[in-house]
Amino acid sequence: MSAVLSLRGVTKRFGGLVAVNAMDFDVAEHEVLGLIGPNGSGKSTTLNLISGALPVTTGAIALRGSPITQLPAQDIARRGIARTFQLVRLLPSMNVLENVMAGAVFGHRRRWGHEAEAVAQAMLEKVGMAGRGHMAVGQLTYIDTKRGELARVLAGEPRVVLLDEWLAGLNPTELEEGLALIRALRDEGRTIILVEHVMDAIRSLCDRCVVMASGSKIAEGTPAEVLADPEVIRAYLGDDDA
Amino acid sequence: MRLTSNDWRNLTLAALGLAIAACLPWLLGNYALTIGVTIAMYTVLATSWALFSGPTHYISLATAAFFGVGTYVTGIGIQHLPYWTLLPLAGVIGAVLAALVGLATLRLSGVYFVIFTLGLAEFIRQVITWGQNVSGTKGIYVLTSITEAHIYWQLLGLAALVYLLGWAIGRSRLGFALRIIGDDEQVARHSGIHTARAKILLFLVPGSVAAITGAILAPRYVYIEPSLAFAPMLSFQVVIMALLGGTGRLWGPLVGVIPFTFLWEAISITVPNQTTLLLGVSFLIIVYLLPKGFVGLFGAIRRRMGSEGLV
Repeated sequence: MSAVLSLRGVTKRFGGLVAVNAMDFDVAEHEVLGLIGPNGSGKSTTLNLISGALPVTTGAIALRGSPITQLPAQDIARRGIARTFQLVRLLPSMNVLENVMAGAVFGHRRRWGHEAEAVAQAMLEKVGMAGRGHMAVGQLTYIDTKRGELARVLAGEPRVVLLDEWLAGLNPTELEEGLALIRALRDEGRTIILVEHVMDAIRSLCDRCVVMASGSKIAEGTPAEVLADPEVIRAYLGDDDA
Repeated sequence: MRLTSNDWRNLTLAALGLAIAACLPWLLGNYALTIGVTIAMYTVLATSWALFSGPTHYISLATAAFFGVGTYVTGIGIQHLPYWTLLPLAGVIGAVLAALVGLATLRLSGVYFVIFTLGLAEFIRQVITWGQNVSGTKGIYVLTSITEAHIYWQLLGLAALVYLLGWAIGRSRLGFALRIIGDDEQVARHSGIHTARAKILLFLVPGSVAAITGAILAPRYVYIEPSLAFAPMLSFQVVIMALLGGTGRLWGPLVGVIPFTFLWEAISITVPNQTTLLLGVSFLIIVYLLPKGFVGLFGAIRRRMGSEGLV
């Protein structure tokens, strides 16, 4: 297995609190990795460490073998790791197309002018928002803001996509659309890490899962394996049910 | 990138406006020309200020610092160097100073940046005053044959440069990056924008332009001393004028500068001690009634007329 992204002993302390404790895992090319665990287990913090939003306390993160541990967020983004945010962040003063162009102009592959606009249009089409580029961000429905953000992330042609609870908060119909969209990305052969609570998504999308509890990795394997693991069940439901 | 017909129209209009403004010294009396110089000066300062502070929302009060440094470049330099070398020299020194300030402060945000830039002008003023006390000199005489009309034309040329630069930045990747930074700095970073570098690069513009403006205006003062060259009031006036006009458009500060200058002139003549009051009242008006300046007001009127089918 050739790892695109690898974490070795990655630890994050906030004062005395160890939010992420010695995380080790690899993500292979074209793999969809689910990062799951109960609330507060350190999943989002792990994503923040990978994307450079937070500095790593100790440990090493490498992208295709070259270390990115100490790089600032913008350099990590340029090298090809792009993310969505748990609470969607679109640029309020710009229309949808300009939001997506932000990814196309400054991302891993950088373009400008008509080329950037063409890429942005193509990405809008990919996420199912063709023809909505002129709309103001405030006019979008909730799922469309999520799609718009995803289009911005994809527009930079990243090597690894980090999705932070991308399916959270969607209604059942939207969830179907959202699942189909991520499945389509998976079928394109993208490398994705998704932090997710929606179990359907984990079962149907992930090749492999890493389960976290209280900052540490407690299990790793296929979704079926880890979801049957007594320790994982204990982490989610408590001792009595294990 | 290619220019659209809209670009050509705007360029033609701007060139026409510039040509008309350039003819004014032959048409106006001395007093009107003095006001013309003031308007040109504040247009240059407020427009370059808005180029940085508009998109980034960083309120810089460093205008007086750069301006003062510029006047001293002319004041000291005129004794040793030909005049035409002084303006570019002032520009370079202003840019270097801006880069240093940027490196030191642009990682800070919000109010820390404001306080630092306000303190900077005061700091440089104190350093020069101290230097004068040590060396025993007082102010500097700047005696040249440069007339009010010459100063006006130089400022006009500088204004044209600032507009051209602002227009070019607006079409560039840097301009796009700054709009993203102004909207959401975290998204900017995670999209791959080197936010600190972009902000420092842009901060060179008001720094350099204010220093050149100071260098151009030094001959007008004839006698310069620190309290005149680094007057903090200048920084506040520039902020108020730019915000009054609005920073959302390149021409925004200009529509703030013109009425404000006339008002300031009128108040200075009739009740000279109340100019600070004017600043305060203008600030309240901006905050409560015109948060986006005249530019925002025009936009709102146009939208309202549009929705009623009048446009």
